[in-house]
Amino acid sequence: MTVLALDNVSKRFGPIKVLHGVDLALEPGEVHALIGENGAGKSTIMKILGGFLDPTSGQVLLDGQPVRFASGPEAEAQGIVVIHQEFNLAPDLTVAANVFLGREPGGWRLDHAAMRDATAALLKRLDTRIDPDARIRDLSVPDRQMVEIAKALSRKARVLIMDEPSAVLTHREVGSLYQQIDRLRAEGVAILYCSHRLEEVAHLADRITVLRDGRVVRQALRGELTEDGMATAMVGRELQDFYPPKGQPGDAPALEVRGLSVPGRVRDVSFTLRRGEVLGIAGLVGSGRTELAEGLVGLRPSQGEIRVEGRPVAIRSLRDAFAAGLAYLTEDRKEAGLLLDKGLRENLTLATLERFGTWRLDTRAEDAALDSATREFDIRAPRRDMPAGKLSGGNQQKLLLAKVMLPDPRIILIDEPTRGIDVGTKRQIYAFIRKLAAEGRSLIVISSEMTEVIGLADRVLVMREGRLAGELDGEDMTEDRIVRLAMGVTGEAA
Amino acid sequence: MKLDLHTLGPLVALVALVILGAVLNSAFLAPANITNVLARSAFIGLIAVGMTFVITAGGLDLSVGSMAAFLAGIAIIAMNAALPGLGSNWGTILLGMGVAVLGGIAAGYLNGALVTKARIEPFIVTLGTMGIFRSLVTWLADGGTLSLDYGLRTLYRPVYYGGIGWITWPIIVFAIVAVLGEWTMRHSRFGRHVEAIGSNDRVARYSAIDVNRMRLLTYVLLGVLVGLAVVLYVPRLGSASGSTGVLWELEAIAAVIIGGTALKGGRGRVWGTVVGVLILSLIDNILNLADLVSPYLNGAIQGVIIVLAVVLQREKRTVEER
Repeated sequence: MTVLALDNVSKRFGPIKVLHGVDLALEPGEVHALIGENGAGKSTIMKILGGFLDPTSGQVLLDGQPVRFASGPEAEAQGIVVIHQEFNLAPDLTVAANVFLGREPGGWRLDHAAMRDATAALLKRLDTRIDPDARIRDLSVPDRQMVEIAKALSRKARVLIMDEPSAVLTHREVGSLYQQIDRLRAEGVAILYCSHRLEEVAHLADRITVLRDGRVVRQALRGELTEDGMATAMVGRELQDFYPPKGQPGDAPALEVRGLSVPGRVRDVSFTLRRGEVLGIAGLVGSGRTELAEGLVGLRPSQGEIRVEGRPVAIRSLRDAFAAGLAYLTEDRKEAGLLLDKGLRENLTLATLERFGTWRLDTRAEDAALDSATREFDIRAPRRDMPAGKLSGGNQQKLLLAKVMLPDPRIILIDEPTRGIDVGTKRQIYAFIRKLAAEGRSLIVISSEMTEVIGLADRVLVMREGRLAGELDGEDMTEDRIVRLAMGVTGEAA
Repeated sequence: MKLDLHTLGPLVALVALVILGAVLNSAFLAPANITNVLARSAFIGLIAVGMTFVITAGGLDLSVGSMAAFLAGIAIIAMNAALPGLGSNWGTILLGMGVAVLGGIAAGYLNGALVTKARIEPFIVTLGTMGIFRSLVTWLADGGTLSLDYGLRTLYRPVYYGGIGWITWPIIVFAIVAVLGEWTMRHSRFGRHVEAIGSNDRVARYSAIDVNRMRLLTYVLLGVLVGLAVVLYVPRLGSASGSTGVLWELEAIAAVIIGGTALKGGRGRVWGTVVGVLILSLIDNILNLADLVSPYLNGAIQGVIIVLAVVLQREKRTVEER
């Protein structure tokens, strides 16, 4: 009966294994929810099912037969349709043109009327008032999501894979989305539904699969798992040995933030960072963590009061932040951190070039700085003139850390310290972070990995929808409590 | 630094052209011909050095040819206007030079400000200012030619034709600017920032580089060098018209590309640009001296060279990726 299944599927990207022997079966007329933390492997599973990635080992089974899709469109031709979280819509085409993109009715002359009528019927079924002739560019984000759903419905799907479709929808639109899901289920479509909203999972799903670190840790039928049970299954593991022992933060405040807002992203955030402290910031992707950090260091316009070691400072640019002793390590290593086509030296000194001269840069001093950085941060590169893009992810991250540390900042904001790097280098980076704190510097570590925040930080701030949802320290720093705060689930333990 | 065929390609082509020229016509290596080729290269060369910085920072400037015509026009008007008051002397000529260079700064600033402050694509901004400058000079000349006063022209003439021995002033100025430009690109903080911005402007911004200011500076630098080229160009003919400097922008961009600077930015090579300029003028010169191919085919041969240079760049990249 199973339409589409994964049989013992593993996937590795270079040295990093992201899926370990996953079994998953999608049945017709069933909504199957896939839940897990950021980085647990949900999107990799969706990409493999949708034909966008091949498994490293194991099989994809369609109607019980092993298949290998060369591309997404090939999977779609078999009736497997993915609704992506990032919209695959052509912004300058109309709604109708997008719905029928690649499958336009008519011969040489496009049948505009037929496309418009069919689109209007689909949109009416979804209970929206979107004009089929509107351009995608002019639509709101929820409307675009509805168009994306309409497009998937028009595909006559046997299997529908939905990646957090409700994340950007309003309450009313979520209602009509649920109606459509119920209708499709009744028609015998198999649905894979990924979501962070546990209440929605409890409401919709006939079957639930919980992922953790690329493994299936729990499978359950409707009613077998409460929201609490889901949160517990998603988290909870022992990893004490993985993290360096915590230190003793001082009492003196290093950074005081009062009422910081970044227009449209972060509202009224206040906190204090103590000297020698590692402060974690947790929250879902899109909760405003990165925007908060970028607002603090002058990369985004922000309002609010900032004090560094008791003195008020005005930070309007990254230069100002450097002058105040702040530094920021971006989460986007490849697009905002390093010049991938330039050598190690150029990358290391780029943010502090004024120390090395104006008209004649002292390359010998730069080389000396690179020597000490490679020693201090254990950067392993066959040649120093090789492009940074050819380094492994771990060595890139160590180079980026060295670059950020070159101005000798007192307060360091690190966004996703270990994204996309191997386990060994992760441990090294954790040790570096602890060492910096032990030297009396103060650190803010933003991370989507709950265990990382807990293992590393002395105290955790949890963000939700641009605001501080809560603060946890000591024994209260559990994954369960962080997840509840981040997702806004109100249970008895919270 | 490793030297590969890709880096040395333009240089090899230049040497081959010199040998070809010498074989085809004995007059080719005569000092008079060499001086002529180099002096004529100087105008495009100065502009192309500035263009190297603009392109390396991820920009483009199509307006430089029209800008040169416009600056020549206002310099001539300024000198003719100052003649009754200041007299026919070097003071008047220095005033004209000042107008050309300051005008270049202003014009470069205009381009740069529209690109960085108004956030308009460089291609569109400079396509617009290209039309504006061209039309302004035509209007100032009333559709005809702006001519410098005869006495001033005689006085000013040695700036193009004179020099030290057979090395004329344009050659000297071009050489100095080329060396300074190469130094700036390779060894100065400004050059490093320009390359970083062209390589990835987001990384540059996250490295506390004032991206907009640096981009603006590249356009101003180019404006100054266009002004300098005009200072050397005006004494050659003593006039300016709506057809002055036509297609200079494309020759300058072609020289930059032939020299191995990436059009998408991030990697600038000023010496390569100089070689590119020389290649383009040598082709022109050889076709004029030899009867092998009609000089009318000059553009076609230059076109082949430009495309070939880019194809060679791309081949190199795919080899690296393997």
